[in-house]
Amino acid sequence: MSTGTYSPKPGAAPMGRMITAQALFETKMLLRNGEQLLLTVVIPSLLLVLFSSVDIIDTGSGKSVDFLAPGILALAVMSTAFTGQAISTGFERRYGVLKRLGTSPLPRWALMTAKTLSVLVIEVLQIALLTAIAFALGWSPQGNPFAVVLLLILGTAAFSGLGLLMAGTLKAEATLAAANLVFLLLLVGGGVIVPLDKFPDAAQNVLGLLPISALSDGLRDVLQHGAGMPWGNLAILAVWAVLGLGAAARFFRWE
Amino acid sequence: MRSEPVVQLTSVVKRYGSKTAVDGLDLEAAAGITAVLGPNGAGKTTTIETCEGYRKPDAGTVRVLGLDPVGQAAELRPRIGVMLQSGGVYSGARADEMLRHVAKLHAHPLDVDALIERLGLGSCGRTTYRRLSGGQQQRLALALAVVGRPELVFLDEPTAGLDPQARRATWDLVRELRADGVSVILTTHHMDEAEQLADDVAIIDAGRVIAQGSPEQLCKGGAENTLRFSGRPGLDIASLLKALPMDTQAAELTPGSYRVTGTVDPQLLATVTTWCAQHGVMPDRISVERHTLEDVFLELTGKELRG
Repeated sequence: MSTGTYSPKPGAAPMGRMITAQALFETKMLLRNGEQLLLTVVIPSLLLVLFSSVDIIDTGSGKSVDFLAPGILALAVMSTAFTGQAISTGFERRYGVLKRLGTSPLPRWALMTAKTLSVLVIEVLQIALLTAIAFALGWSPQGNPFAVVLLLILGTAAFSGLGLLMAGTLKAEATLAAANLVFLLLLVGGGVIVPLDKFPDAAQNVLGLLPISALSDGLRDVLQHGAGMPWGNLAILAVWAVLGLGAAARFFRWE
Repeated sequence: MRSEPVVQLTSVVKRYGSKTAVDGLDLEAAAGITAVLGPNGAGKTTTIETCEGYRKPDAGTVRVLGLDPVGQAAELRPRIGVMLQSGGVYSGARADEMLRHVAKLHAHPLDVDALIERLGLGSCGRTTYRRLSGGQQQRLALALAVVGRPELVFLDEPTAGLDPQARRATWDLVRELRADGVSVILTTHHMDEAEQLADDVAIIDAGRVIAQGSPEQLCKGGAENTLRFSGRPGLDIASLLKALPMDTQAAELTPGSYRVTGTVDPQLLATVTTWCAQHGVMPDRISVERHTLEDVFLELTGKELRG
């Protein structure tokens, strides 16, 4: 390099370009990570195929794929917005990536916007894949697509808040363990593949308030039973979103 | 003409719980290379991180390029480059990917391929960050600090853990930055690094700046420097002393072995050799022991730098 190579010429790239670059880079990192793909793609796909074709769980009247597909879509949202985001952000914090980006021209709000965009991109890919598999298994969804999109967005907001709260407060290793454990518990107890009415009444009342139950139940009301706006479930998700994102904004530590 | 200081800290205090890391620190750094020197735990990193906007001081004011690093962060960030002591890279990213990505966040970045070539990162190939060697990670961190063409670069222990060859390569790059008009603030606990690179050295101990100046200025004060030579035994010391400046001393330690103490500069050396020539003495084994920063530090703090 010749003289003058390093002559100062500072400047931030335009905001739109920075956010796009950051979102694409984070998406690339997530798609390259094997453990993340196991969680976000392989497990939901396997569960959908397995429980739709083998009659292990009593999913009530009708085709089992009609019961399972909405639950698996809810699981896909949880795996990306909560588990995946908590683990990746937790390790970014641990490895000083968040600190490093803190002195780059990218403001923190823009970093969080890029993370959200990256989560949405992965969700679109997941939903496209899982919908294709469900159709191949004979799925016949009903209902209002707008209600479905609203549920997915509020669900993403609720899970993102909780995932970021965990990533921003716990140690990366603790986040890794806890996020996987919560994923497993909510997979079983959140109406994803096991109908909530299989649980005792008292347990049902509590489990029904979980974000995963509100999301899977709401999606099922619309997609399986053709219901209108599932206001109750939307309200539960909205409360989780406000609490989770509020707590994350308050308690998140960047280092 | 003295230009505006690039960094100005006034009575800065930073506490972590009951521990005071920075204790009323004053520091002014002009354009050029400033080394912040001190033992581990002296408050170097906290001082630098206050300038970078990571830490909000409990008291005092910090100005970097005339801006408040916390309150005016958005304006300041594009103008500075920061090299962290470790980490800062996505563990699954390759060196070139990470560098290209950070370049995209800037309006006029350096040519990434040329920078990779310059820092010898081309051989990293498809290796992800977590599998790079310590030296490669260090060089990548340096590249990330300069890729956005900043006016001011902060380097926190830039050569810690590097082999001598890699250290020299890093020093060369720091000198090139300076030559191109980039100011550098670096922390180090290597005296030779400060002596080799810095225009200005600030010595920090227990959260305060205890001395500041160019390496030459710092070495002039305090203990005396020494010149030794061998010659024929029994030389006329009184005659030698007459030729030397007032504050200089001379002695024959053992027969034929002489020591001159005082301000050892080229003039003094010339005076001694001229005197020897006039007296038909062939001075053997002339050696100069200049006072080093290490000595200065030891006198100021009573502590070894590393320990």
